[in-house]
Amino acid sequence: MNLRKAVNRGLITGLAMSFIGGIGMVTAFNGKVLIEPIVTLGYAVLFALPFVVAVVSTKRVVLEGVETEPYGWGDVAMGAVIGLVGGLLTAGYVILIDTIDVTHTFPDMGPPTVLEMTFHKGLPVGLALLAGGSLLAGTLGGAVRLIPERARSALFVGLLWVVGFAFFEPVIEDMFEFARVVTRFIYAPNGGLNGVAAVIIFIVVTGLAYRFQGGESVLRTRLVGVDDRGRSFPTKLALLLIGVGVVVLPMVLGGLVNELLINVSLFMLMGLGLNIVIGMAGLLDLGYVAFFAVGAYTTAVLTAAQSPTWNPELGWWAALGVTMVVAVIAGILVGTPVIRMRGDYLAIVTLGFGEIVRILLLSDWLKPYFGGAQGIRGIPGINFFGLTISGVDPQLFIYFCIFFVAIAVVVSYRLLYSRVGRAWAAMREDEDVAEATGVGTVTAKLLAFVTGAVLASFAGALVSAKVGTVFTNSFDVLVSLIILVVVIVGGMGSIPGVMVGALVLIGVLGGPRSPGLLAELAEYKLLIYGMILIVMMLKRPEGLIPSARRSRELHHEELTQDAWLDKKGQFTTEQAEEVPA
Amino acid sequence: MTAATEVKPAKVRRFRFNWVDSFLWFIRIAAIITIVIGFIGSIQLFLAGEGPTPAQWRDLVISSISQGAMYGLIALGYSMVYGVLGFINFAHGEVFMSGTMVGFVAADNLFRAGMWESNILLSVLIVLLVAMSTSMLIAVLVEKVAYRPLRGAPRLIPLITSIGVSFFLQYSFAGLFGVGVRTYPALPASVPSRVNILGVPIETTKLVVIVVAILSAIGLWYFVARTRTGRAVRAVAEDKEIAGLMGINVDRTIVTTFAIGGAMAGVAALMWALLFRSVDFTTGFLPGIKAFTAAVLGGIGNLPGALLGGVLLGLFEGTGPLLILAGLGIPAVSQLKDAVAFIALVLVLIFRPSGLLGERLGSEDRA
Amino acid sequence: MALLEITGLEKSFGGLHALQGVDFTIDEGEIVSVIGPNGAGKTSFFNVISGLFPPDAGSIIFDGDDLAGHEPNEITTRGIARTFQNVRLFPNMTVLENVMVAQHCRTKAGLFGSVLRTPRQRAEERMIEAKAKDVLSFFGTRLAGYRYDQPAFVLSYANRRRLEIARAMATEPRLLLLDEPTAGMNPRETVELTELIGKLRSERGFTVVLIEHDMKVVRDVSDRVVVLDHGIKLAEGSYDQVSSNDQVIEAYLGRPAERNGGEG
Repeated sequence: MNLRKAVNRGLITGLAMSFIGGIGMVTAFNGKVLIEPIVTLGYAVLFALPFVVAVVSTKRVVLEGVETEPYGWGDVAMGAVIGLVGGLLTAGYVILIDTIDVTHTFPDMGPPTVLEMTFHKGLPVGLALLAGGSLLAGTLGGAVRLIPERARSALFVGLLWVVGFAFFEPVIEDMFEFARVVTRFIYAPNGGLNGVAAVIIFIVVTGLAYRFQGGESVLRTRLVGVDDRGRSFPTKLALLLIGVGVVVLPMVLGGLVNELLINVSLFMLMGLGLNIVIGMAGLLDLGYVAFFAVGAYTTAVLTAAQSPTWNPELGWWAALGVTMVVAVIAGILVGTPVIRMRGDYLAIVTLGFGEIVRILLLSDWLKPYFGGAQGIRGIPGINFFGLTISGVDPQLFIYFCIFFVAIAVVVSYRLLYSRVGRAWAAMREDEDVAEATGVGTVTAKLLAFVTGAVLASFAGALVSAKVGTVFTNSFDVLVSLIILVVVIVGGMGSIPGVMVGALVLIGVLGGPRSPGLLAELAEYKLLIYGMILIVMMLKRPEGLIPSARRSRELHHEELTQDAWLDKKGQFTTEQAEEVPA
Repeated sequence: MTAATEVKPAKVRRFRFNWVDSFLWFIRIAAIITIVIGFIGSIQLFLAGEGPTPAQWRDLVISSISQGAMYGLIALGYSMVYGVLGFINFAHGEVFMSGTMVGFVAADNLFRAGMWESNILLSVLIVLLVAMSTSMLIAVLVEKVAYRPLRGAPRLIPLITSIGVSFFLQYSFAGLFGVGVRTYPALPASVPSRVNILGVPIETTKLVVIVVAILSAIGLWYFVARTRTGRAVRAVAEDKEIAGLMGINVDRTIVTTFAIGGAMAGVAALMWALLFRSVDFTTGFLPGIKAFTAAVLGGIGNLPGALLGGVLLGLFEGTGPLLILAGLGIPAVSQLKDAVAFIALVLVLIFRPSGLLGERLGSEDRA
Repeated sequence: MALLEITGLEKSFGGLHALQGVDFTIDEGEIVSVIGPNGAGKTSFFNVISGLFPPDAGSIIFDGDDLAGHEPNEITTRGIARTFQNVRLFPNMTVLENVMVAQHCRTKAGLFGSVLRTPRQRAEERMIEAKAKDVLSFFGTRLAGYRYDQPAFVLSYANRRRLEIARAMATEPRLLLLDEPTAGMNPRETVELTELIGKLRSERGFTVVLIEHDMKVVRDVSDRVVVLDHGIKLAEGSYDQVSSNDQVIEAYLGRPAERNGGEG
C-alpha cells in the first residue's frame, strides 16, 4: 500500500465531503428518503465519496505486457486510510464551522449543515458516526475488488435497481396505481423504500443478475445494435414492444409524470437535432437554442391573438409549416457565415448568435413585434380534429411530442445511412480529404444546420403550444449547453444514446427551468450537469451508448494502444481520478 | 509536345460565382453601410443637440477604455492558453469570477474591520493580492484536474470539458457564497471622485483601472520577453515536443501559463470591483465571452493583440450603441450593448479571422 | 487533344517558390511519372492541380475548362481524383463506406430523398454499393468480403494505400493523381501495385499521373517521365531519355546513393 497516496486521496475526499456539506447539498438532499428510515440521498452521496475514491484509487491500469500486482488486503487498508482521513478532515471541518460563524460569507456553512452532518446527534456522537461511516465506506470501497468479478457486477446491478426503485418512486407509484397493495408494501408512507422491500429487491435482483450473467450484454447489443442496418427478428420484436409501451404508457401514467415526460421528449427532440449537427457533422454548435426560440416565437406570432403586431391567428399546423420555412432560413443565415471557421471559433460564434437572438427578442426595439420582456401570451395550443390541446392536458399533449420525436428518430436513422450522412461522417473525420473526395462541404454543413434547425423549431412550436406563452427567459444559453450535455452523455452520433441521455438527465435532474424527478436536486442541478460533463469527457468521451463509429474509435484505442492512450493510462493512475465523482 | 498545339481555345473562366463568398461580401458591405448610416444619423442627433453632451461622451469613452482594459487583461488568459494548448478555455471567465467573489470577501472583511476607510490603498492592495491568488489557484487546479489528462486529445474535447468546468465553478460558487448579488464597499469619501489630468477631469476609479492595466501589461511583457520562464512559455507554444526535448519541463510551463492567465484575471477582478462593485456567481460569463472576442480581435495567441483587442472592444461596445444604433433610430440602445459585442465577434471573424495583429500559434495549430 | 494542359503554373509559400512556371500536358490514356528530389515541388504540384491550394499564376486546362482556383470538390467532380502521400483515409468509417463516400459527386440524393427513402434514392444507394464493391474487387480479395465492414484503421499499411486508390477510383475520374503509391510497401507489394497501375489504364481506362521515388516502378509503368527540381521542370521524355539527361543526372541522379531511388 502506498500510504502517501492514500493520505493524499483521503484529503481530497475530505475536501469533497466538506464541499458538498458547505454548499448545503447534504441538507437539501436529505429531503429525499431513499430507504426508510435511515438512508437519505444526502448521506448516500456523502458516503459515496470515500467509497468511490477508494474504488478508483485501488484500480490498476492494465497495460499489455506489464505485470500488475494482484488485489489484496493492501487495497482494503488503502481504502480504510482514505475513508478515515476523509472522515477526520470532514469532522474537523464541521467543528470549525460550528465554532466560527462564517454564514455572512458562506450562507450554508451554519447550524443546519452542522446538525445534518452530525446526524442530529450532537457533536461528539455525530462526528464519531461521520468519521466511522466514512471509514466503513472507504474500507468497503477498497475491498470491492476482492470480490470475484461475477459477484461484484451482480451486486452492482442489485444496488442500481434499489437506487432506481427509490429514485423512480413517483413514477412507479403512478404506474401501478391499480396494484396499490404492492406499492404500499414497497414504499413507506412518507416516501422512500420500505427497508424490508429494499432488502428483498436487492437480494432478488442480485441473485438474478448472478444467475444470468452476460445475458444482458447480449440483450443490449441486440437492442442498441439498431445502429446496424441488419436488424434481427428479436430486435424488431423489442422495437415493437417499445413502441407499444410508448403508446400505452402515457395513458397509465398520471399528469405529473406525463408533464415530466413532455419535458424529456422536448429535450430528446432537440438532442436528436443537435446530434445531427455535432454528432454526425462534427460542428460544435453552442447556440442551438436560437432555433428553438425561432420556432417558439414564429408559432407564437402566427397563432396567438395577443401577438402585438402581426396576428394572423393561424392554426397550429398551418403555423408549423411556416415555422419550418423560417427555421430553414435561420439555419442558412447562421450556417453561412460560420462555414469557413475553425471548429472552436464556430462554437463561440454560434454561442454569440444564440445570445444575439435572445437579446434582440428581449429588446425594446423589437418589442412592438415580439413583446419584449413580457413575451407573447395567449397561444391557443394544437388544433386537432376540433380539439385544442395544450399543456393543461399532458396526457394528450405528450402524444404530439412522441410523434415529433419519432419523426426525429426516423430522420436521424435515414440520414445516418445515406449519401448525406456519409458526407457528414467524412467531413467530420477529415475536412480537406472529404473535399478532395468530391464532397461539397459547404452544402453538407448547411444541410446539417438546416436539419438541426428544423428539428429544434419543432420543439419550439410544441413548447409554445404547451405553455401558451413565450418568454425570452426560456431561451438562454443554458438551454444550449444542457442539450449539449444530453448529447455528450448519451454519446455523440448515437441516436439511442441521445434518447437515453435525455431520459436520464432531463427526467431525473430536470431541464434548465423545469424540475426533474428528484426535485430535491433542483438547486444543485447545474453543478451536477457540470460535473457529469467533466467526468464524461475525462472518462468516457464516447458517451454511455456510443455510436457504431465512435465505439470503433474506442476499439481502435484498445487495439493499438497508441501514444495518446499510453499517456491516458499514466494519467489514470496519477491525476485524472482526483475529480470527486 | 505536340499536344499543346492541338488544343482548341479553352473556355477559360477564372471567376466563378460562389454563394458563400457572395453572402459574406453581402454581410461585409451591409455592415459597413449600416455603420456609416448610423454614424451619420448620430452626428445629426448630436448637432441637433440631442443625445449625450461632449462631457458625457468624454466620460463614456474613458469608461469604455477602462472596461476594455479589463477585457484585455482577461483576454490575455485566453490568448496564452490558446497559444500554448490550442483550445478555448471556456472556464476562464469563471477564473475571473472567482477572483471577484473571493476579493469581495476580503474587501468586506476589511470594511468591517474599518481598514477600508482608514487605509484604502493598502486595502485595495490586499484585495488585489487575494483576487490574484484565488484566480491563479483556480486556474492551476482546473488545468491539473480537467485539462492535463486531455493533453493531445482532439481539440473539441478540452473545449467541451471547459464548458463543464465553467458550469461546475459557477454553481460551486453559487453554492458556497449563495446566489445573491454582493456589493463591494464604496471607496471612502477621502478619495476624490475625480482627478484632473492635463485639465481633463477623470473619474478616479477609471484612472486607477487604466494605470493598473498598463502596469500589468508591462509586467507581463517583461516576464514573457525577458525571463527564462517566459522563454520557456514561448518555446512550448511553438512546439511542445521539441521544447520537451530541449529540456524544458512542459507540464510546469503549461501550469505557469495558466497561473499567469489566472493572475491577470485576478487583476481584472479588482478592476471589475472598482468599476461595477456588484458581483455574483454569473459575473464571469459575459466578460469571459467578451474577453474571448477581444483575444480574437487582437489575434489569438498574440499578447499585445489581446490588450489592444480588449480596449477596442470596450470602445466599440461602449460607444457603438450610441454612436451607431441610436443614429438608426433604435430605442433603448443600451439594452443592445451585449448584442453589439457579439456582433463585433461575428464581424471580426468574417472580416479578419486572424485578428488585427495576426495570430501567433504553435506549429500544430496551423496545420 | 490533351486531357490536361498546364501552362506557367506558379505557387509560392511566403518566400519559398514551390512551383515556378511549370508547363505540363497529358493525353487521354497516358501514364506519366513525376520525379524529382525531395522538396522539388512534386506534392505542391498535385495540391495545386487538385485545388487544395489555388495557384498564384498559370492555367490548368482540363478537358477544355480552366480549373485554376476552383474548389477541390468541383475539381473532383470534373474528373480529377487523387491520393495522398501520407495516406489519408476516413479511419473510423468502414472500408465500404470509405469508397461509398467517393460516389458523392456522382450521385444526387439529397435531404428529402434520403429522409423519405424514395424509390430513386434506394436504387441509387444500391447502385453506390454495387459500384463500391466493383471498385474494391479491382484489388482482388484483399479488400473484399469480411473487409467491407471493417473500419479503415485496422487495415495494414499496404491495404490502406490500396483503399485510398479505390476511393479515388470510385469518384469515377478521368485522371488519377497518385502521390507515391508504393511508399512504405515491401518489394512484393510494390511489384503487385506496379502491375495494378498498368491495369488502371488497360482495364479501367484511367489516365494516370504518379509521383514516385522508386525508379523501378517509374521505368516499368510510365510512358513519359517529367522531372521537377526546385519548382522548375528540368526535363521530360521517356525514362531512358530522362535518365541519360545530363541536367537530371546532375540535379537528381548525380549522387550515386540515390541512383536506385532512395525512399522519401
